[in-house]
Amino acid sequence: MSFLGKLTLESIPYHEPIIMVTLAVVAVIGVIIAALITKYKKWGVLWNDWFTSVDHKRLGIMYIVLALVMLIRGFSDAIMMRTQQALAINGAAGYLPPEHYDQIFTAHGVIMIIFMAMPFMIGLMNLVVPLQIGARDVAFPFLNNLSFWLTASGAVLINISLGLGEFAKTGWVAYPPLSELSFSPGVGVDYYIWALQISGIGTTLTGVNFIATVLKMRAPGMKLMQMPIFTWTCTWANILIVASFPILTAVLAMLTLDRYLGFHFFTNAGGGNAMMYINLFWAWGHPEVYILILPAFGIFSEVISTFTSKRLFGYKSMVWASGAISILGFIVWLHHFFTMGSSANVNAFFGVMTMVIAVPTGVKLFNWLFTIYRGRLRLTVPVLWTLGFMTTFTIGGMTGVLLAVPGADYVLHNSLFLIAHFHNTIIGGAVFGYLAGFAYWFPKAMGFKLNERLGKAAFWCWQVGFYVAFMPLYVLGFLGMTRRISHTDNPDWNFWIYFAAVGAFIIFAGIILQFVQLYVSFRDREQNLDTTGDPWNGHTLEWSTSSPPQFYNFAKDPHVSDIDCFTDMKEKGEAYQRHDNYEPIHMPKNTASGILMAIGITAAGFAAIWHILWLAIVGMLGAFVVFLFRAYSNDHDYYVQPDEVAKIENTHLDKVARGLI
Amino acid sequence: MSIAIRADLDLAHTGEPLANRDEHHDTSDNTLLGFWLYLMTDCILFASVFATYAVLYMNTDGGVSGKDIFELNFVLIETAALLVSSITFGFALICAKHQKRAATLIWLLITFALGCAFIGMEIYEFHHLIEQGNGPQRSAFLSSFFALVGMHGLHVTAGLIWMAIMMLEVVKTGLNKRSITRLSCLSLFWHFLDIVWICVFTVVYLLGAM
Amino acid sequence: MLIRNLSKAAMLTSILLMSGCEGGVLDPKGQIGIDERYLIVVATLLMLIVVIPVIFMTLFFAWKYRDGREQEIYAPKWAHSKSIEIVVWLMPIVIVIILGVITWGSTHDLDPYKPLEHEAKPITVEVVSLNWKWLFIYPELGVASVNELAFPVNVPVNFKITSDTAMNSFFIPQLGSQIYSMAGMATQLHLIANEPGSFDGISANYSGAGFAGMKFKAIATPDATSFDAWVAKLKRQGNKLDPQSYAELAKPSENNPVEYYGSVSNGMFDHVVMQYMHMSKAMPMDEAQHMEMSHPSIDASLNNEKGE
Repeated sequence: MSFLGKLTLESIPYHEPIIMVTLAVVAVIGVIIAALITKYKKWGVLWNDWFTSVDHKRLGIMYIVLALVMLIRGFSDAIMMRTQQALAINGAAGYLPPEHYDQIFTAHGVIMIIFMAMPFMIGLMNLVVPLQIGARDVAFPFLNNLSFWLTASGAVLINISLGLGEFAKTGWVAYPPLSELSFSPGVGVDYYIWALQISGIGTTLTGVNFIATVLKMRAPGMKLMQMPIFTWTCTWANILIVASFPILTAVLAMLTLDRYLGFHFFTNAGGGNAMMYINLFWAWGHPEVYILILPAFGIFSEVISTFTSKRLFGYKSMVWASGAISILGFIVWLHHFFTMGSSANVNAFFGVMTMVIAVPTGVKLFNWLFTIYRGRLRLTVPVLWTLGFMTTFTIGGMTGVLLAVPGADYVLHNSLFLIAHFHNTIIGGAVFGYLAGFAYWFPKAMGFKLNERLGKAAFWCWQVGFYVAFMPLYVLGFLGMTRRISHTDNPDWNFWIYFAAVGAFIIFAGIILQFVQLYVSFRDREQNLDTTGDPWNGHTLEWSTSSPPQFYNFAKDPHVSDIDCFTDMKEKGEAYQRHDNYEPIHMPKNTASGILMAIGITAAGFAAIWHILWLAIVGMLGAFVVFLFRAYSNDHDYYVQPDEVAKIENTHLDKVARGLI
Repeated sequence: MSIAIRADLDLAHTGEPLANRDEHHDTSDNTLLGFWLYLMTDCILFASVFATYAVLYMNTDGGVSGKDIFELNFVLIETAALLVSSITFGFALICAKHQKRAATLIWLLITFALGCAFIGMEIYEFHHLIEQGNGPQRSAFLSSFFALVGMHGLHVTAGLIWMAIMMLEVVKTGLNKRSITRLSCLSLFWHFLDIVWICVFTVVYLLGAM
Repeated sequence: MLIRNLSKAAMLTSILLMSGCEGGVLDPKGQIGIDERYLIVVATLLMLIVVIPVIFMTLFFAWKYRDGREQEIYAPKWAHSKSIEIVVWLMPIVIVIILGVITWGSTHDLDPYKPLEHEAKPITVEVVSLNWKWLFIYPELGVASVNELAFPVNVPVNFKITSDTAMNSFFIPQLGSQIYSMAGMATQLHLIANEPGSFDGISANYSGAGFAGMKFKAIATPDATSFDAWVAKLKRQGNKLDPQSYAELAKPSENNPVEYYGSVSNGMFDHVVMQYMHMSKAMPMDEAQHMEMSHPSIDASLNNEKGE
C-alpha cells in the first residue's frame, strides 16, 4: 500500500463544477473569518476561552454554532434536491447526475440528524440543564469538552468528504448489502461510518455525563420530581442515548469489519444477513428520533408555562408521559420495515405498540393546552414556535399513526408520504422546539435579547414554507412517488414538485431571516441588554443567575423546595439576596486535552477512510498519549476566592437593582 | 470510552472537597457512577453483538459449525484463568483499601499474568482457526464468532494496559484517593468482563459444542 | 395566519382527493389496494376526532388567553385537575384501542403472504430485482420478461420475490402492497387486478445509481385470451433464459428496455435464490420453522430448497 493509502490527487472532484465552486466559496469564507479573527487578535480568546473551555455554557454555545453551520450545509443539500427534482421532470436529467444526487440526499439526512439536530439539542441541554438543577457544572467537565470535540470531529470528516473523495451513495440509513464493498467500493460509506462512529461515541459520553450530572449534582433540596421539565425530558433523552447509541456503535463496527476485513455480517455472500443490520440500525434509529423530540417537548413545556405566567399543567403526567415515550420508543423499531415480510402477528404487534406512543404524546399536547387555559399568554417568538409546533406536529403525529398501520404502510412505505411525515415531526417538532429554545434562552446565554420582529418574520417563513414544502409531498406519496429518485417522468407529479420547491425557498428565506436577526440583535445589543438575568419572568433556576451567567453559575448553592423554584423564591422574597460571606468555589481549569485528543482521533478516522495505516496509528497513539498526560497531571482545578465572588455578585446585584426599577 | 471517563478522576480528586459542599457533590461518587453508566453502555454493545451472533450462528455457509471447532477443555482453562483473575483483583482492591502497597502490587501482578494467559490462549485459538482456513472471512457464523470473542478480548487487552499503567501509578505515587478510585473503576471493568465472558462461554462455547 | 395555513391544508386535501383519480395509491385498481385505501380513510377519520379539536383548541386558547385580555380568568397556580387528566389520558387511549383493533384485523387480512381467496386459479410470477431492472419469470408458462409484467384481470397473482443485488421493494402502487426483495431469500406477495389497465410498477427501495429508472409496466389484460396472446408473443421470441443468458442480463444496466424470453430453463428462480442460500446444510427443518417469526422469508427459501 502506498504512503497515502487510497488517497491520490484524483480523489479531488475537479470535474464537478458545483463542488469546486462550493469549495471555493467555503475557502473564501474561511479565509475571511480567519483574517477577521487575526485582525481583531481573537485567536487567543478563541483558544483559551472557547476551544479549551470545560464550561458547560460555552460548550453549549459551541454546539449550537456547530449546529447552525451544519444547518447551512444540510439545507443547501435540501435546496439542491428540490431544484434537481423540479428540473428533472418529464424524463429530463436535471443538473445533478445520480452519483452526485445520491450523495446529496445521503449527506442531507446524516447532517440534519447527526450534525444539526443532535448538536442543537445537546447544545441547549449543555447550556440549560446544569443551570436548571442549580449545579456549577456537569459531573465530568473535561469529558464534556471531549464529547463536543468528538462531535465536531465527525462533522469535520463529513465536510472533508465534500472535497476529497465522495460521500456515501446509500441513503442515510446505509442499508447493506448496498453499503457493502461489493456495491459501494468507494470511500463514501467509509466517511459515513467514521463520521457517525466518532460523533456517536461523543454522544454516548454526553449521555453518561448528563445522567450522572442529574443524579449527583442537583442543588440541595431538589427532589427528582422537582426537576424542571426540560431537565426531565433531557434526562429521558440521555437514558435513551445511553441505551441506544451503543447499538449504533456495534452495528457500524460490524459494517466496518465487513468492509475492511472481509467479514460476512451483512453481505449477500458467505451467509451474511442484511436484515440484522436493518434491525439493529433501527433499534438505535427509532429511539434516536425520541432523543431528538423529547428535549423539544421539554422546551415547549418551559416556554408555555413561562409565557402564560402559570404553572405547567400536569407536571407529573408530563414526566411519566415522557418516560412512557422513552420506553415504548424501544419496542417499535420494526415499523420501519413492515414490508420486509414479517408475519402478520409481528407486524400487527409493532403497529399497535407504535400507536400506543400516540397516547402519552397526545396527553402532552392536552397538558400544554391546559397550561394555556386561564393563563396570560404573551405571544413572543418562542410562543409562536410552540403554537406552530402544536398545530403542525399534530398533523405529523396523525400521519405517523397512519404509517403505523401496517396495511397503510404497505402502500405508503418509502414514499414521499413518509418523507413528509418525518419532516413534519422533525421540523414541526424537534427543529421548531430548538428554535423556540434558541429564542428563549438566547438572552441567558448571550446577555441580550433577540430582535422580536425579525424573529417573528423568520417564524412565519418557516411555518408557511413548511406547509408549502411538505404538504405536496404527502400528495406525491399518495400519487405513488417514491423517495430518493433523481428524476421523474410522470406529468401528474410536476405541479406538486414545483410547489414543494417553492416551499423550500420560503424556508430558505426563514433561515436567512434568522441569521439577519442574529446580526441585527448583535448590532443593537446595547438596547436589548438583559440586566436582571430574568427577561421573561421565568420559573426555573437558570433565570436566577445573571445573563450570561457567571462562570461558576451560582455563588451559593440555591436551596430548592418547589418545581417552579425561582418563582417560589421571588414570591418568598428570597431572590437576588446579597450575602456577606461567600465560600471559595472549586472550579475545573480549561484544558487543551479534549481538542488535542479529538485532533488525533480525527486524523485516525481520516486515515481509516483512506487506508493510511501509519496515520491511523499515529492519530490513535497521539490521542492516547494526550489522555495519559491529562490523567497524570495535577493542574486541573483552582479556587475562586470569596472576595472575587463577592465583587462579581455585587456588580450583578447592583445591575439587577437598577434593572428592576 | 473507559479511558475518557477515567480522565475525569483527576478533576474529582485533586484537592479535597470543601467541607461545606454537601455529599451530593462528592466527586469520587460521581466517578464511580459515571463509570458504572459507561459499563451499561458497554453491556448494550455486547448485547448487540450477542444478538447478531444468535442470528448468524447457523449461517455456516457450508463451512464448519461450532461443534466442529470448539475445544471445551481448552476454553475451560481459559475461563478458569479469567475467573481466578477476578478473585485476585478483588484481593488487590482489598489490599489497596488497607494501604498495603506491596501486597496490592503483587495481587495486581498475578491478575495481570492471568489476564495475559487468557489473552494468549485466545490468540492461540484464533491463530489456530485461521490457519485451518476457518477465519472470520469464511462464513457469517465465523464472522460473528470472531467479532464477539474478539471484542471481549480487546476489552480484556484494554483492561491489561490499564492495569499496567495502574501498577506504575501505584509504584510511583502510592495508594492515594485518586489511585484507589481508579483501581475501583478498573475493578468494576474487570468483573464486568468476567460476567460477559461467562455469557460468552455459555452461549458460544457450551451451547455451540452441544 | 395559522388559520390561513389550516385552510390551505384543507384545500390541499381536497385537491388531493381529486388528484387521487389520476393514479397512485388513492386510485386503486385491485382489491388489496381498495382495502388499503379504505383503511387509510377510516384511520384518518378516526384520528381527526382528536386532531381537529387539538388544533382548534390550540388556536382558540391562544387567542382567548392571550396577554392583555384582562376579562379572562387568570389562575397562575392552577396546575392539576384529576378530571381533566382522566379525560386527556382516556380519549387517546380509546381512539388507540379502536385503531389497534382495526390494525390487528387489517394486518392479518392484508398480510402480503396470505393467498387471496378467489374462484379463479392463481398464476405464479417469480420476480427478481437486478441492477437496475426487474425480471419476471412465469414458471408455469415457461416464459420470462424484463420490465414488463402481465396477468389477466380478476385472477390472483402469487408473486415470489428475490433479489440478485441490493435490497429493492417490489411495488405496483395502484394494486396495493409492496414487499422487499432480498438476496438469498424469497418473499411473497399476493395481488389481484379488478380492472384492466397498464399500471406503473417501481422499486420502492433505493438500490443505487440506476434506481430511478428501475420501472416496469404491470399490464392487467382484459381477459384470459389477451393474456394468452401476450404469452404467445413471448413464446415467439427465440431467446432462452438460462444461467448463461441470465448472467448476461444480471450485469448492471440503467433504463433497461423491455425484453422477452421465449423459454426459461427449469429452476431459474431457485438458481438465483440458492446462490446466496446460507443455511447450514445440516439444519433440521423444525429449527427453520422456529425462525419463522423473524425470518418468514427464509422459510420460503427452504421450501425452494426442498423443491429442488
